[in-house]
Amino acid sequence: MDPTPIIEIKNLTHIYSAGTPFEHVAIENINLSFRSGELIGVIGHTGSGKSTMIQHLNGLLKPTSGQVLYRGENIWKDKRFTHSIRGRVGLVFQYPEYQLFEETCWKDIAFGPKNQGVSGDELEARVRRAAGFVGIGEDLLQKSPFDLSGGQKRRVAIAGVIAMEPDVLILDEPTAGLDAAGREAILENIRAYQQAQNATVIMVSHSMEEVAKLCSRLIVMNQGSVAMDGTPAEVFTHVDELMGMGLSVPQVTIVFHLLRARGLALPADVYTVPYALARLTERKEGHTC
Amino acid sequence: MLKDITLGQFFPGKTVIHRLDPRTKLVLLVVYIVALFLARSFVSYGLMLAFLVAVTFMGRIPFKSMTRGLKPMLIFILFTAALNLFYTQGGTLLLDWWIFHIYSEGLKMAFFMVLRIMMLICGTFLLTYTTSPIALTDALEHLLSPLKKLHVPVHELAMMMSIALRFIPTLIEETDKIMSAQKARGADFETGSLIRRAKALIPILVPLFVSAFRRADELATAMECRCYHGGEGRTRLKVLRYAPIDLAAFLAGFLLLAGVIVLRHFGL
Repeated sequence: MDPTPIIEIKNLTHIYSAGTPFEHVAIENINLSFRSGELIGVIGHTGSGKSTMIQHLNGLLKPTSGQVLYRGENIWKDKRFTHSIRGRVGLVFQYPEYQLFEETCWKDIAFGPKNQGVSGDELEARVRRAAGFVGIGEDLLQKSPFDLSGGQKRRVAIAGVIAMEPDVLILDEPTAGLDAAGREAILENIRAYQQAQNATVIMVSHSMEEVAKLCSRLIVMNQGSVAMDGTPAEVFTHVDELMGMGLSVPQVTIVFHLLRARGLALPADVYTVPYALARLTERKEGHTC
Repeated sequence: MLKDITLGQFFPGKTVIHRLDPRTKLVLLVVYIVALFLARSFVSYGLMLAFLVAVTFMGRIPFKSMTRGLKPMLIFILFTAALNLFYTQGGTLLLDWWIFHIYSEGLKMAFFMVLRIMMLICGTFLLTYTTSPIALTDALEHLLSPLKKLHVPVHELAMMMSIALRFIPTLIEETDKIMSAQKARGADFETGSLIRRAKALIPILVPLFVSAFRRADELATAMECRCYHGGEGRTRLKVLRYAPIDLAAFLAGFLLLAGVIVLRHFGL
């Protein structure tokens, strides 16, 4: 893993409608850095500033104060650079299927790379690669996006961002409103893209189980600032704090937390079922404790 | 940015003006406009202006919001002023240069025209600032209800109007979201020729229309589920009733109109 940060946030503050009676501080003095190849989950209550934070990473929102650096360069240093950042830091909004507009899926996926100035064979290759990552087959590419099912539409929309081949892929609740199979498929697509491109992936989610399974690092946001930042194992040891922020915790973590509260000597860093099972088996066979 | 559009913005409040029956306010606005077009002297314009200022004060509407509402109309106002200034003849010749001739009557006419338009806009704003859109459509439905006898679908029209008003903020928010999403895909709305910019709107308009139709469908289903079947036999939660202050307001309004007519009769 490359140790130099690909994106760095320094003292970032954003105030909506500054100077009016509707002034609202969305995020305050955030410092974060993301490295190449990291798979990061961002969790937080509604209104904790997650969406505001991620919209700064590709220059959609301008910081009220503070800086966002892409490979060490301020993304607001000039207009053209800010525009080019949008292709390198891809942002998939919540319910991205509502942005589809072209006659065919192929054209819609091609919209992003075309705006970057890609054309001809390269464009064709990019569209096919992106469609491949999200499992959209040849037959669907020539169909109208409005004829697809909800899950397929979502995958086409994600492909539209992936086709720009960003170094950093940000997804805002990519699985919201999908059924279990659709959710699994999307998460699998995201992981495939991350591994193939060694891209940084930042995923905003409400589902703790989801981020716990997928991500190697978790950032917990609360009331406009970063409350926790660490590996899932580290973060999930703070069960009480997480619940205090109104966040859910994986069920197996709660079970272990309650068992520990009753005096059983069990580890505190449990957040997946296989890991929990392994620890329990060990205990039964008397390897530990 | 899009949120700054003042489209008949409503300032909630509890002043006398806010509490007036919306029907009273609507009728009085018509009376006020008629009076405005009958006025033709400094005295009658002064009377009208005093009335406008008094109502603004009573409704506790900040003067700033009034002038802000005038801004988009500035070009129209200036154009009207210029037309009246150069094309009205009569009185003494004040300026004679090349093709421009300005007469004293023209100057007076231009001044009155500008005043009339500004007061017209301000009066209308006063209504929308102090009356919620829902109350306004209610009032409209009531006032137009005699037309039901002629099979004009008054209730349906009023319902369509209130639904449209209700969804303006929703659609503005939606537009903001779609714009951000397309910008994230590298769309550019700010540079290029006019044609290029018009083309750049397609990625916004198509999803916007799709979602508007989806919303309309969902709303229709939801209304149907709650047994909505049009205006027949429908009762209201808030029944509009005239109160003593409405009588007072009507008196004031018609006194103003009468005053302006009398002044006009005396050539003032």
